[in-house]
Amino acid sequence: MKNWRIGIDVGGTNTDAVVLDENFNLISSIKCPTTEDVTSGIESAMHKVLESSNIDKNRIGYAMLGTTHCTNAIVERKRLKRVAVIRLGKPATAAIMPMADWPEDLKAAMNVECFLIEGGFEFDGREISPLDEAELKKIGEKIKGKVESIAIISVFSSVTDSHEKRASTILKKILGEDFPISISSEIGSLGLIERENATILNAALVEVARTTTESFVKALEREKIFDVKIYLGQNDGTLMSVDYAIKYPILTIACGPTNSIRGAAFLTHMRDAIVVDVGGTTTDVGVLVNGFPRESMVAVEIGRVRTNFRMPDLVSIGLGGGSIIKLKENGEIEIGPESVGYKVSEKALCFGGDTLTATDIVVAKGLADNIGNKELVKDLNFDMVDKVYAQMTFMIEECVDMMKTSRDDVEVILVGGGSILVPDKLKGCGRVYKPENFGVANAIGSAIAQVSGQIEKIFCLDEMERSKALEEAKHLALEEAIKAGAGFESVEVIDVEDVPLAYLPGNATKIRVKAVGDLVIS
Amino acid sequence: MRKIGVREIEDMAVGAAVLGTGGGGDPYVGKLMAIQAVKEYGEVTLLDPEEVPDEALIVPSSMMGAPTVSVEKIPNGEEPFRSFNALEKLLGQKIYATMSIEAGGVNSMIPIALAAKKGIPLVDADTMGRAFPELQMTTFNLNGIKGTPLSLCDEKGNTMSLHTINNKWTEKIARAVTVVMGGSAILADYAVTGAELKKAGVLGTATKCELIGKAIREAAVSKKNPVEAVLEVTGGVKLFHGKITDVARKTDGAFVHGRAALEGLGEDKGFYAEVCFQNENIVAKKDDAILATVPDLIILLDKETALPVTTESIKYGARVIMIGIPCDNQWRTPKGIETVGPRYFGYDIDYIPVEMRVQEAANK
Repeated sequence: MKNWRIGIDVGGTNTDAVVLDENFNLISSIKCPTTEDVTSGIESAMHKVLESSNIDKNRIGYAMLGTTHCTNAIVERKRLKRVAVIRLGKPATAAIMPMADWPEDLKAAMNVECFLIEGGFEFDGREISPLDEAELKKIGEKIKGKVESIAIISVFSSVTDSHEKRASTILKKILGEDFPISISSEIGSLGLIERENATILNAALVEVARTTTESFVKALEREKIFDVKIYLGQNDGTLMSVDYAIKYPILTIACGPTNSIRGAAFLTHMRDAIVVDVGGTTTDVGVLVNGFPRESMVAVEIGRVRTNFRMPDLVSIGLGGGSIIKLKENGEIEIGPESVGYKVSEKALCFGGDTLTATDIVVAKGLADNIGNKELVKDLNFDMVDKVYAQMTFMIEECVDMMKTSRDDVEVILVGGGSILVPDKLKGCGRVYKPENFGVANAIGSAIAQVSGQIEKIFCLDEMERSKALEEAKHLALEEAIKAGAGFESVEVIDVEDVPLAYLPGNATKIRVKAVGDLVIS
Repeated sequence: MRKIGVREIEDMAVGAAVLGTGGGGDPYVGKLMAIQAVKEYGEVTLLDPEEVPDEALIVPSSMMGAPTVSVEKIPNGEEPFRSFNALEKLLGQKIYATMSIEAGGVNSMIPIALAAKKGIPLVDADTMGRAFPELQMTTFNLNGIKGTPLSLCDEKGNTMSLHTINNKWTEKIARAVTVVMGGSAILADYAVTGAELKKAGVLGTATKCELIGKAIREAAVSKKNPVEAVLEVTGGVKLFHGKITDVARKTDGAFVHGRAALEGLGEDKGFYAEVCFQNENIVAKKDDAILATVPDLIILLDKETALPVTTESIKYGARVIMIGIPCDNQWRTPKGIETVGPRYFGYDIDYIPVEMRVQEAANK
């Protein structure tokens, strides 16, 4: 049976890989340094995790990848496509043209052409103006051969997406069925500028997504792993198929923190807790609610471009296993944010290096007997060690406290390679769980991820009962999840949110529903 | 008289959000509109109210409608221009300059975009010195100035003029028309003479917004305490240092009501505080004592950055400093307190100026 899976997660410091059997038992795991090109780090992690145990490669039927390729392409402004942006909303929206506050170098890297034409909707579904199909055809002819990807954005496409879809059909007739077109209703939520930004980034990334998945397939083939189903991790902790990932590469952004929170849930069988993920350079604290990461309400910036993605709600501090400790003359202690990163195993004192790091403090305190050489840190001043340790603990406690939703004690799950830094007791916390295999929780999270479907729409409750609107929204979300590959039996609604729109009579309400299910294993 | 460009607009947007006292919406869209307009038409002249001739016609420009709509169906840029042209025709007089109706969100920024496009100056004043939710809550109204005749315009070019018997009817009719127009519209209302403005306006608000934004920006660079910097430029007082421990919200019709509980930190350790809000912050308490009420400004600032925390974004765990800023003296008259005092918002509390409450507490 080809029912085992390999999961790989690319982090800032390490690239982790795991192999799980059909019952999700961990067969093998490995950590490798993340490389600058990302791909070679993935290849060596994959090679090592397969080599480290005698795995029958024929049993591997699924491969899951959580990667930073797309984030890096935006940050480095490399390998981005030439994009045409077509906004449907005229006469509205001209007061802010597309990409108004983008960094100039990013705009230049994408060589964008922008168009604003008639189309788009009001909040209640009326047309602002009919779609200007003649103009659209002219644009199609004009950009033929000049751009490589198109982003289409209509006003209130979350109310109805018909103009965006019609525009896409018209352009494909001119430019070819396979021409990459990103439409905003499939990418973002309310907030025209932020959704438009995300759609443009998505359009620019189609090539990156394609080469990433292709090189992943090649890496698997080089390891003699064939005919596997491949999935990529998304920022909400669920998976998407390769076809989907090539269409919506922007959704792979920031899947890392989500994977470790999901992995923590899996390793402890807990549904609600605070997850503290300590890496080599930073500590991320997130919240597990009903088995999924709590999402942030704040607009997220990617490469200094504002989007309306809902990322996991996280606080990050510069404290990790490699954090450099500086003792100042006035007695103050500075912990991080500077870090030796993955080089901790050469640079830290306890490994014979010359830099005092957070890891040395726990080794000196006798809390990590299997790490480094305790002899090498025995001369450290005892008071100083205690003081630094107390300060590190305080930093973590403060973070946990910021993420709590009530004054009551919460349960905490500790994961990540650096979690030896954290004591078993934390102020304001109930039990602190340190699950087995905590070091590769992120790769496990990537391997066990489920698939989801989500919808967000505005309903006018004057015309429709609230319960009916909710039913319809749930139905649509379940359908989306099944379309994405979720098994019919396992799919369930995990989140419902309805927000009335202030200052508007007519009872307009925004309803957002998310459904999730297990991947169908054939 | 001086010029304002992109840098000044950035600072003003931050300062306006502070004076928005938790409401006034997200200034992001407004800021981008103003920046695009000055990039296209050039910088805007900001006039000191003293420089405005007494007989000149001054008209505020503002947006009415749902913030949720304005972040999706962004204006076209012509609306304020058209509504001004319509009002000029109606009044048979050229408009000399524009100004803000309130400090906060979009409404601090729309007049800048208009001033750039129409090539008229912006007067350094508004009609609240802060943000309030209803159209009659202006110092112009306190002085018996009517909101109408007004003109209302949507992005399609539909323009409507309105004459009403009082400002409450203006609020009702204009809001109904706004819905037909697609949930947001741009207003030109409360036309005044230069002389009226000098008497009935809140003067210097634009500069105040800019100074607050500048103080926060510079404090971030120089590592000064940004909250202290805000207090310095506003004459405000620190009311409480704490952490949000609970937030409850309820939407009824047009408004979001709620309260946030705070637990003291640092010098306030062991004490508890509470902020009640209705779009904007209304009442602040420390244990059982009242710290401040409307019309004084109650503002939550992020402890590290001094950026304002809006009533929509308050969440558990946020470390904040609550500050109070004395409102404009016109709000401290019997009519002012009747219009926007604690009792108007349903709190049976006497209005006592925030600086007196602080003094009283210190004497105890």
